[in-house]
Amino acid sequence: MLMAISPRRKFVNALMLSLSGLCTLIVISVLFFILGYLLFHGARSLNLQFLTSLPKPSGETGGGMANAIVGSFKVLLVATSIGVPLGFLAGVYLAEYSGKTFAFLFRYVVDLLNGVPSIVIGIIAYAVVVRPMKHYSALAGGVALGIMMIPIAVRTTEEFLRSVPNSLREGSLALGATKAKTIFAVVVPAAISGLISGLMLNLARVAGETAPLLFTALGNMFWSRGWMQPIATLPVMIYNYAISPEEDLHQQAWAAGFVLLALVLAVNVTAKMIIMRGPAASRR
Amino acid sequence: MATSTYPARNPQLPLAGFYRRIRVWDQVAYLVTLASAILILAVVGLIVFELWISSQPTMQTFGWSFLTHSRWDPNGEKFGALPFIYGTCVTASLALLIAVPFGVMASVFLAELAPPRLSNILTFLIELLAAVPSVIYGLIGIFVLIPMIRSYLVPSLTSVFGFLPLFQGDFYGVSLLSAGLVLSIMVVPFIISVSREVLLAVPVDQREAALALGTTKWETTWQIVIPNAKVGIIGSVFLALARALGETMAVTMVIGNTPKISASLLAPGYSIAAVIANEFAEASGDLYISSLIFLGLVLFGLTIVINALARILVLTTARRSA
Repeated sequence: MLMAISPRRKFVNALMLSLSGLCTLIVISVLFFILGYLLFHGARSLNLQFLTSLPKPSGETGGGMANAIVGSFKVLLVATSIGVPLGFLAGVYLAEYSGKTFAFLFRYVVDLLNGVPSIVIGIIAYAVVVRPMKHYSALAGGVALGIMMIPIAVRTTEEFLRSVPNSLREGSLALGATKAKTIFAVVVPAAISGLISGLMLNLARVAGETAPLLFTALGNMFWSRGWMQPIATLPVMIYNYAISPEEDLHQQAWAAGFVLLALVLAVNVTAKMIIMRGPAASRR
Repeated sequence: MATSTYPARNPQLPLAGFYRRIRVWDQVAYLVTLASAILILAVVGLIVFELWISSQPTMQTFGWSFLTHSRWDPNGEKFGALPFIYGTCVTASLALLIAVPFGVMASVFLAELAPPRLSNILTFLIELLAAVPSVIYGLIGIFVLIPMIRSYLVPSLTSVFGFLPLFQGDFYGVSLLSAGLVLSIMVVPFIISVSREVLLAVPVDQREAALALGTTKWETTWQIVIPNAKVGIIGSVFLALARALGETMAVTMVIGNTPKISASLLAPGYSIAAVIANEFAEASGDLYISSLIFLGLVLFGLTIVINALARILVLTTARRSA
């Protein structure tokens, strides 16, 4: 026998369901209001001078952040060359060689490393690089960001290698290739689009990191030569300019925020598109 | 054994050297990958070791009373961490108080109500927001949210709840309230994306069975699906908590950086991460630096414990439904 649903239950149902829709709407609109504001305001403050010239001494208007843009790329280069090979090789070990228990424990430790606050990683880079060398440097900033890149490098490598079908490995082994040859000549190339998009996501994540750079890369109002000097980076510049009292610097902070966000989001969207198309394309 | 016919064992074959060499390389590749994994474990060990060693001067001078003293006076070499611990806990709890209801309700909508296509698009956008650097949230906090809080939120809060000590005193813009709000916006995407995954992992038969018994959609969700996914949702909240505790830049920019304990949310405060970010580069004297590193150790310990718990919770639900 069918029981009629009482009006009260119908009302609660409708109320709570619309409430959940409303919450989604609020969350989405708050978030997009914020980003829209940044993109609008930042794009207005952006000009060619900002991208090509050095910061002006305090008190003068104008100037740009060319050194910080280059600086960010330099620090990221150091970080990538430290964190990515290490994470990639460990990811290969997890996916291809390791036993179950070790893989589980290792994954757990790596996840915990991923959850360590970035400011703490900054302290470590300070203690390991800045303190012995007695000065702030691009290298120290790179070490901090490099440590932060390890967890995602490990996890994406492992995940995408595991998604390669076993028949490929078996085919290669059956043809007489050694295990190492199979991994590096067959499995890795098969997963390459996933690996590259993982690398992109990783870069986009650390590109905006500010806290670990505050007392490792420090900052610099001029061009930084080589790798052993303090160096300006975009996120640190945004922070310094945003908390300064000068109105002109606030405009520059918005412009820098726009550049940073545009880069980060563009890389993210591209990488996610590659991932979404990846499996279908590689299985064909 | 099959290996006895392997050509490398037969020196007469012309390719023996070649085969031996590639077998050596096979070993090398194995060892290199293993070494990388061990090196990463060593890095984690190094983090713990460095934090511990570098915070020894403070530990020996103040002992555990460091954590319970509220006076932070670098010039007089008196260091107490209580104001920072207080500020960190208050802002993180405020953030969760706002973010959890919104996040869980939104994930219910995305997992249970929205058509899959819409849900996927919205989730994609929300996860994109998780990638926005924290310094950008700080920038927006200073120039957009604080003016809005000052002109809309604070007047209404003080007129309705003004009798509570929580909402008394002057409002300067930078405050625990502003930091909590910025944090809540930052952690919502995390709660939504993990909770949605967990809700989607609840088997469809559970829902169908409940609906067949005549419950409404909401009753099914509230009494069947959410209890099934409860552990995972709590896990997502823990993940968000760990993030809120460790968040540095956005908080530093809006919290006011004043080492005082005040009952009012409208007053400026300070958080553990913020004091490290602000004072580390200028800190002079071993005890000062060591105290900041001790704070780093506290933060590290807190986030590790919370993260460890959260991962276990999320893992157990994911496994049970698999």
